[in-house]
Order: sequence, then structure tokens, then C-alpha cells
Amino acid sequence: MSQAVYRFKPINVGRWVIWSLFALLMLVAPLLFTSNLSVTMLAQMGIAIIACLSYNILLGQGGMLSFGHAVYTGLGAYVAMHALNAATAGTLAIPVSLLPLVGGVAGMGFAVLLGYVTTRKSGTPFAMITLGVAELVFAMSLMFSEFFGGEAGISGNRVVGQPFFGITYGPQIQVYYLIAVYTFVSVAAMYALTQTPLGRILNAVRDNPERVEFIGYNTQRVRYLAFIIAGFFAGISGGLATINFEIVTAEVVGAARSGGYLLFTFLGGATFFFGPIIGGILMVIAFVLLSELTKAWLLYLGLIFLFMVMYAPGGIASLIMMNLRVAKYGKLRQIWTSYLGLGLTALVMLAGAGAMIEMVYHLQLNSALGDQVRFMGMTLNARGLDSWFGAAFVMLTGLGLFELARRQYVHEWGEIQEEIEKEIKRREMTV
Amino acid sequence: MSDYALELRGVTKKFGKTEIIRGVDLQVRPGERVAVIGPNGAGKSTLFNLISGRFGPTSGEILLAGQRIDHRKPFEINRMGLSRSFQITNIFPKLSVFENLRCAVLWSLGYRYTFLKFLSGLKDANERAEQLMEMIRLDKKRDTLAMNLTYAEQRALEIGITIAGGAQVILLDEPTAGMSKSETQRFIHLIREVTEGRTLLTVEHDMGVVFGLADRIAVVVYGEVIAFDTPEAVRANPKVQEAYLGSVIAESQAGGH
Repeated sequence: MSQAVYRFKPINVGRWVIWSLFALLMLVAPLLFTSNLSVTMLAQMGIAIIACLSYNILLGQGGMLSFGHAVYTGLGAYVAMHALNAATAGTLAIPVSLLPLVGGVAGMGFAVLLGYVTTRKSGTPFAMITLGVAELVFAMSLMFSEFFGGEAGISGNRVVGQPFFGITYGPQIQVYYLIAVYTFVSVAAMYALTQTPLGRILNAVRDNPERVEFIGYNTQRVRYLAFIIAGFFAGISGGLATINFEIVTAEVVGAARSGGYLLFTFLGGATFFFGPIIGGILMVIAFVLLSELTKAWLLYLGLIFLFMVMYAPGGIASLIMMNLRVAKYGKLRQIWTSYLGLGLTALVMLAGAGAMIEMVYHLQLNSALGDQVRFMGMTLNARGLDSWFGAAFVMLTGLGLFELARRQYVHEWGEIQEEIEKEIKRREMTV
Repeated sequence: MSDYALELRGVTKKFGKTEIIRGVDLQVRPGERVAVIGPNGAGKSTLFNLISGRFGPTSGEILLAGQRIDHRKPFEINRMGLSRSFQITNIFPKLSVFENLRCAVLWSLGYRYTFLKFLSGLKDANERAEQLMEMIRLDKKRDTLAMNLTYAEQRALEIGITIAGGAQVILLDEPTAGMSKSETQRFIHLIREVTEGRTLLTVEHDMGVVFGLADRIAVVVYGEVIAFDTPEAVRANPKVQEAYLGSVIAESQAGGH
């Protein structure tokens, strides 16, 4: 009979290795990147990873496109900030280490309250309601300045009470490790969720809600529970942000922040669990580094987003997984020259386009400083015909070559996929 | 406790002013196999949708083992012991065969919405899913995504999902639609096997299948049950022959026996 057919592996070696590596990486990262900036960025990455993963419980696991996830990270941050200030004032005895949990419970509470309305619907109505709720909360943030602190926001001081084993949370590195611990536990918990009955039924609701109703599940209840869990982890992320930045302003519940979570979760890849981790890391890199590098960073971000939606809707995670599959069948060698070609031609194209974008921004914003623009080690003249022609020439050449490389790549990719399909069939036959 | 596994009392359904179901009475005994036949547009699928709770009847009562189920939600009716399949394949395309079946057994085994247990540790759910996979002959496709199965395999999976929760009353809406003759033969055998001991209602067009499978046949014409009897009696019923079946039955008698 079919007893013991099910291959239950209590200890999965590969899984242990991956999680240990993940923990190790977070442990040693600040020892490898020691500058103030990098430790700050690492801390922010942890916060963003939790936020994006919690968002993906909705988007990737449950097929719920929310336009208002910042409501739950943001309100979590506000409540945590009030708790911090109460601790400073001595009216609330709570250690700083537990503030993220305060944020989490707050995020969960608001999800219980607002999600009850939101998750009645799915699909487009769901998306519209989240948008409405987000607008509502943002409007309230301008009305109730006692809670939201008005334009200036609310600030606090994370160094509260007696040091615990020398931990004051004064130095950034201590805050980093607090965030790292929360990140690891949250990521593990959210991964665990995908392996539970609720997590799997949530996938089923995403794929075919009608059928789920006919196997005994109330789809509204499934969505609601997932929404509450997502709200909890979003709140934890907000609480960590409170400790990290020591200030919370109304923009943390704003539409731009919600859009950011959506955008970077999508970029990282919503179809795989680890996609939003990549998304969170990219989010911080974009917000901190790219924004330093160029004023036109949002424009570049928009271009990348457009490009990904059109050519790689599964995000970076799916690109990785597709190429891992190719590598597994030993065919990566056939295609890596194509990748080189794609990369180089894309760079040429970007260089040309970038030069023009920078010149436009320079003319719009800094024209009082003269017409000279520094770009990739060159000096361009924003009003000079030759600079414009040169940039346009580089971009068009790059575009043409890129298109050629792309066609070549698509052709090779198709061939390789066919070969792999044949290989799979062959293996199936021999089994 | 009622004598009937399923009972319909004066059920009607109107969409706007159009009356699709016009006063249907039906009593199905436990363990009985009933085939619902009738011309296209007679209201067979609507009848199934009313029973399974996709929408409520305009008037009348529907009882499952003596309990009212009209105007209840599909998931409530399912929990009370009625499960259905769909005419258009209705599975979870992005989940594997195994996951499809495991999802379908979870509620009946009491796991509900739990997020404090790992799926891999649910021995009973996993074993039941494996068992079902063998029953519908898909054990070799365990980890294949449902969307990559052949049509016949998807139909089998549809049946598997339907019977997974152990419901006592099973509704199959055209289970063999779109299958070849030989596939249909094998499939009927499968349906017999997996619904053994349960009450079965099925909509079917293939008369060979109907007369081979059913204990009783309900003939639906224009939203009314004009006959509900054994295959022999239905065949002999002049009202049925006049209204609908004459030619078809003659054919099946000539060819089938």
C-alpha cells in the first residue's frame, strides 16, 4: 500500500546550509563593509527585506495587489515611536529591543481593523480599496498632528534606560545587529508560513479562488488571515525603522513608500520566496547610492522597472532560477557569450542615454553653474551640438547592437530550452 | 435523520424574468448513482450550481441528509458533505498534482487555517494525498504542475480534488466532456471505483455511459424533471421519448447492447 511513500525528510541538509549561510552573511557583513555608510545601509537593507517579504505574502503568495502596504509599516513605526518616547519619559517600561514587536502588534492591529474591509474583495476591487485606505490614512496623518507630528514628524532617542550587557543602542553597529536578529527570525518565520496549511491554501486562493470555496475554505477568511500576518511583519519592519532613524515623518505612510514596496518586490521577483530579499537590498541601494549618484535616479528606476515588466516579469529571482536550470543541464557555457554581448551593448546604450538624461537635468536644475556636465569621466557641454550628437550616436549604436544581441540571445535561449525539454523527456522514459 | 442523501423540494430559479428551473422535486437515496440528462440548455448545470451553493434558488428547499443547504455558501455546503466537479476543468494550475490533492484534503482532516504546523509533518494529509494520487492513476506525475498535465489527466485530477475531502454526496458535471471514446471508457471505470459507496449525481451526454453507470436517471427538459426512474423505465417512458430521448435511446439500444 501507499504507506511511507511520502518522502518525509526531517532534516533537509540543503536547507540547513542555506539558512546557516544567510545567518553567517548577516553576522560578518558589517565586518567586511566597515564604513559608517555601509553599516547604515546594511541596517536599512534588513528593514527593507522584512517589509518587501511581508508585502509578498500578499502579492506573490496570495495574489493580492496592495497599493497601501506603507500604511502598516508606517503605523507600526509611529506606534513604536510613541512607545519609545513613553519609555524615555518613564511612563512605559519597555526595553528598546522589544520595540519592533510593539510595531508588529500595532501593524497587526491595524491590519485586523482595516483588512476586514479590504480583504472582502479580491482582484481589482481589492487593489482599489487598498489605494483608498492608503489615501485615507495619509490624509489623517496631516489632520492629527498629535499622533503624526505634522510636517516635522516625531523624533525620539533610542538610548533609553540602563545598558544591558553593555548594549545601549547608541552605536549604529549595535542597532545593526538588533535588526539582523529580527530580520533572520522574520525571514525564517515568513518562509515557514509558506510551508503550512494556511500558506498553501493561500497559494490556492491566488490560483483559483472559486475552486477553493468548493474544497471547504472561505477565501475571504484566508485572505484576511494572510493580510493580518503581513501586517504584523510590516509593523516589525516599521518598528525597526523607528529605532534605526529615530524619527518618523508622515511620508512613511505615503503612497510613494507603498509604491516603493510594490516596485522593488516586483523587481526582486514575487514568484519566488527569496525574490523580495533581493528587492529589499536593491531598494536600499537605489534610495541611498543611486540617489547620491544622480538627480535623475527616479527616472532610471522607472526605466529599469519598465524594462523588467516587459522582458522579465518574474523579476530577478526568476532570471536566476531560469539560469540555474540551464546550468543544471550543463548548458550555461553555450549562452554566456550572449550574456556578455547583451551586457556590453546595454552599457553602450545606457551610456548614451545617460549622457542625454544628465544634460537635460543639468539644463533644468543647474544651468546657473555653466554648461559643463561631468559624465563618466568626460566633460560634456549641455548646450553643445557635438555633445548631443555624440550622445545620441552612442545611444543609437548601442540600441542597434543591443537589438542584434537580443535576437541572437532569444534564438539561443529557445534552442537550449528545447534541448532541456528533450533531455527531461528522455530521462522520464528511462525511469 | 432523513431517508434521502439529497432532496430537492419545489426548487425554482429565475434569472431576471427567465425561469431556468421550474419546480424541481428530486429525492436521491444514499449510495445511489443518478445520471441527470437532458438537452443543452435544459438547466442541468444550473441545477448543480443551485445544489452546490454557487447561487441560491429563487424558491424551494434543498436538503443534504435532511439539513437545509439552500442559501448556504459553497464552502459551508462542502463542509457538510457535498463536493462537486466542474464542466470546465477547475484545478490549481500552478500547484503540483500532489499539492492540488493535499489542499483538497486539508479541511476535512481538521487542519483548517492553521499556520502553526508544517505541511510536511501532516502524516495523515500526506498519506491521503498519495492514496488519492494512486486512485486516479497520477502517482507518476506527483510533482508535475497541474497546468502541464494532458487534458485527460486534468479531468482525473478534477475528480481527485472532488472526492478528496471524503464527501458523501458527489456531483460530477460532465466528467467525460471532451474525451475520446476509449478515454471515456477508462474514465467511467475510474469514476465507479472512486465513488464506491457514495451518492453520485452526474450530468452526462454519452448515453452509453449513462445507461452503464446510473441506477436511476433524471430527465430534465426546460427546467423540469419529466422523469426520474430506472434506466429501463426511462427508456420505456413515452413522455421521455416524445420530449427528448426517442432517437437517442433507440441509437444506444441498437449500438450499445
